[in-house]
Amino acid sequence: MATKDIAKIAKDFNDAYKNIKHRIVICGGTGCIAGGSLDVYKAFQTEMEKRNLPCSVEVTKGCRENYLSLSGCRGFCAQGPLVSVGDIFYTKVKVADVPEIIEKTLLKGEVIDRLLYHNPANNQKSKTVADIPFYAKQQRILLADCGRINPEDINEYIAHGGYAQAKRIYLEMTPEQVCKEMIKSGLRGRGGGGFPTGKKWEFARIEPEGKKYVICNADEGDPGAFMDRSVMEGNPNAVLEGMMIAAHAIGADEGYIYVRMEYPLAIKRIRKAIEEAEALGILGENVFGSGKNFKINVMEGAGASVCGEETALIASVDGMPKVKPPFPAHSGLFGKPTVINNVETLATVAKIFEMGPENFAKIGPATSPGTKTFAVTGHIANTGLVEVPMGTTLRQVINDVAGGTTNSDGTVNPEAFKAAQIGGPSGGCLTKEHFDVPLDFDSLKSAGAMVGSGGLVVMNEKTCMVNVARFFLEFTKRESCGKCVPCREGTDQMLSLLTDICEGRGTMKTLETLEDLAKAVQKSSLCALGKTAPNPVLSTLKYFKDEYLAHVVEKRCPAGVCKALAKYEIDPAKCKGCGMCKRACPVQAITGAVGKPHVIDPKKCIKCGSCKSTCKFGAVKIGA
Amino acid sequence: MSDRFKPAAQILKDNNYDSAKLIPILQKVQDAYHFLPEDVMRYIANELNISPAKVFGVATFFAHFAITPKGKHIIRVCNGTACHVKGSAGIIDAVKKKLKLKDGQETTEDLLFTLECVSCLGACGLAPVMVVDDVVHGQVTPAKAEELLDEVIKAEAK
Ligand SMILES: Cc1cc2nc3c(=O)[nH]c(=O)nc-3n(C[C@H](O)[C@H](O)[C@H](O)COP(=O)(O)O)c2cc1C
Ligand code: SF4
Ligand code: SF4
Ligand code: SF4
Ligand code: FES
Ligand code: FES
Repeated sequence: MATKDIAKIAKDFNDAYKNIKHRIVICGGTGCIAGGSLDVYKAFQTEMEKRNLPCSVEVTKGCRENYLSLSGCRGFCAQGPLVSVGDIFYTKVKVADVPEIIEKTLLKGEVIDRLLYHNPANNQKSKTVADIPFYAKQQRILLADCGRINPEDINEYIAHGGYAQAKRIYLEMTPEQVCKEMIKSGLRGRGGGGFPTGKKWEFARIEPEGKKYVICNADEGDPGAFMDRSVMEGNPNAVLEGMMIAAHAIGADEGYIYVRMEYPLAIKRIRKAIEEAEALGILGENVFGSGKNFKINVMEGAGASVCGEETALIASVDGMPKVKPPFPAHSGLFGKPTVINNVETLATVAKIFEMGPENFAKIGPATSPGTKTFAVTGHIANTGLVEVPMGTTLRQVINDVAGGTTNSDGTVNPEAFKAAQIGGPSGGCLTKEHFDVPLDFDSLKSAGAMVGSGGLVVMNEKTCMVNVARFFLEFTKRESCGKCVPCREGTDQMLSLLTDICEGRGTMKTLETLEDLAKAVQKSSLCALGKTAPNPVLSTLKYFKDEYLAHVVEKRCPAGVCKALAKYEIDPAKCKGCGMCKRACPVQAITGAVGKPHVIDPKKCIKCGSCKSTCKFGAVKIGA
Repeated sequence: MSDRFKPAAQILKDNNYDSAKLIPILQKVQDAYHFLPEDVMRYIANELNISPAKVFGVATFFAHFAITPKGKHIIRVCNGTACHVKGSAGIIDAVKKKLKLKDGQETTEDLLFTLECVSCLGACGLAPVMVVDDVVHGQVTPAKAEELLDEVIKAEAK
């Protein structure tokens, strides 16, 4: 089938769009849906109907003056559900707010103060997205359209210039030129490794074999990161267009998107986008009349994070994880030359061609150009997705964009910052001393850290770094495929050593063994999962040795997290002597007369925590 | 053929008895049976002409597959990094205590609840996250977790 004329699609869309006076966008990303945004969407529909207001849910010829659409994640999930009416931006919107929004904002243009974003740092309210520091301080290229356009309407993507680059490239550029332009842009893979994308394509391009594949790695194995999910949910067509360009560059006619099945919404939107693209002939045979074919299949991963590692991923499309080399550019899926790229990498490609590779190369440092998206979570004022130029510092990301570290009760306190884990279980931690190191591949590497995939978990002083290392090891141990001994046994052993330390059985010898083992696993594991598994251990040992020492020498957890090392105490000033804790204690460790402060006998206490959860006056605390 | 294998037979047919599609086949079978019963896995192996060991291998490798029966209500507590640092361990403890689950036990004796600890549901902005029968709840505390369970228990008692 011939590809439909995209210039006409864009024009028709823009003509129809002129009818629209007010656009209401409700965030339909995973986070906001969890907060009830779909009900808010329905409430808008019903309320508009009830008031007989002309409303469309699609942009088509003759559409009406109010347009109601969902969007993908806007990266500000903790403030969700998000709703915007024109430029006015509302947070934490509930179904009950809908009639008022229609009455005041839609019909009269009035702003409802209570729903505006309230900045805890300076007590100011923001009316539009542009006024919110979280957004204003970002540079959104990849995420520019996420949250603005309707991800389930390919026409809107096209009206924003979508598929124009694919068309130009298929019709006017040779594969060699495409690779050259990509090399010129300097784009480095966003999946964690930072391998130059243009070079990766060039390797696959020069392979002679006929059948080749492009794989989009959407396994997002870092637990606690959601950059890739948001891009797929918010702008799935950008991923498809990137894959098309990659396919042209290497001479592939088939692609796979490997998505983890924990992302049902991303899968749904990607499938919808593929269907729409096929219906327009953008995917399929003879695309744009170029004589080339390209089709995309979706594979759902079944919850093994090692599959995000590229060789394992290929194998799991084929059958089961196995070992490299050969590297996939030479022999990948079904033994054919294959390019694997991360979602974010691919979704950036069309943007690079749109702005020109030279211009892209000018953003950020020369050796790691472009922007990078971080999923900033943990003890931070604004949890969310942050896209900034590479080379931005941790200080800028955490304090300026994300609003600063918070105490455990949520109040902002930049002083409470302890560490940020970057790159998930294969990453390492950044500390105060890295605060001003530019976040780019090379600077971080020379500082002994890494950019990783973009998960950035901010931790405050109340976080125990030994516990964090143990947490990651638990994860990697579970994920180890068990094929090679160093990783299978090594992660298991490291985990039990860390457990010993957390539970007060650690000695100096334990620390030594742990470090030796970590280095051995790093060296001798077969694949990158094993090779990177010790990173959290080694980096916490490096930067938080004192904390490990406190655990083994003083049998003390300075953050008060490790239960077995906790010392339960009753604050005599707060204790009312009600006796509740005494009754809750399974080992009669608590004594005291009615109405008098009670005390805990540390020798008897088995640290079960019952007293603390029982006391209504917050008198039981964990001392360090 | 006994009725028991009918759903599996249909799924195999839909996938053209293609052993390369083992993972999607098992996903569908799990949806139909709520878990992967051993006899059904043997049946699939037989029909696809592959060894049962291969099917068991795949079923135990991927965290998503369950080879023991699950409870009527599935409680998933996220223990991804973002949720972990925001205190998901306390929520897991509270759920275990409330449901009287021993260490290593996932499903209650009465098959009413299964507790699953999962790594990141992609809603990290709302951490810590708990999912009760596919409804996502954000910024959960141990007390809120207990309330949510109470609601289910109450609805069941009716
Ligand atoms: C243990 C492990 C897990 C990985 N998980 C992912 C993942 O979930 N998503 C991803 O894009 N890359 C992941 N990678 C990196 C991939 O192996 C691969 O380098 C990447 O997909 C290449 O794409 P890029 O060049 O666009 O970055 C992982 C690597 C390792 C070692
Ligand atoms: S390093 Fe770990 S995940 Fe990789 S092959 Fe060895 S056991 Fe499997
Ligand atoms: S429950 Fe609290 S207030 Fe009551 S006796 Fe114990 S510590 Fe004191
Ligand atoms: S922690 Fe448990 S054992 Fe210790 S005093 Fe409190 S209730 Fe008793
Ligand atoms: S899901 Fe709405 S902002 Fe992320
Ligand atoms: S870490 Fe819990 S939802 Fe991501």
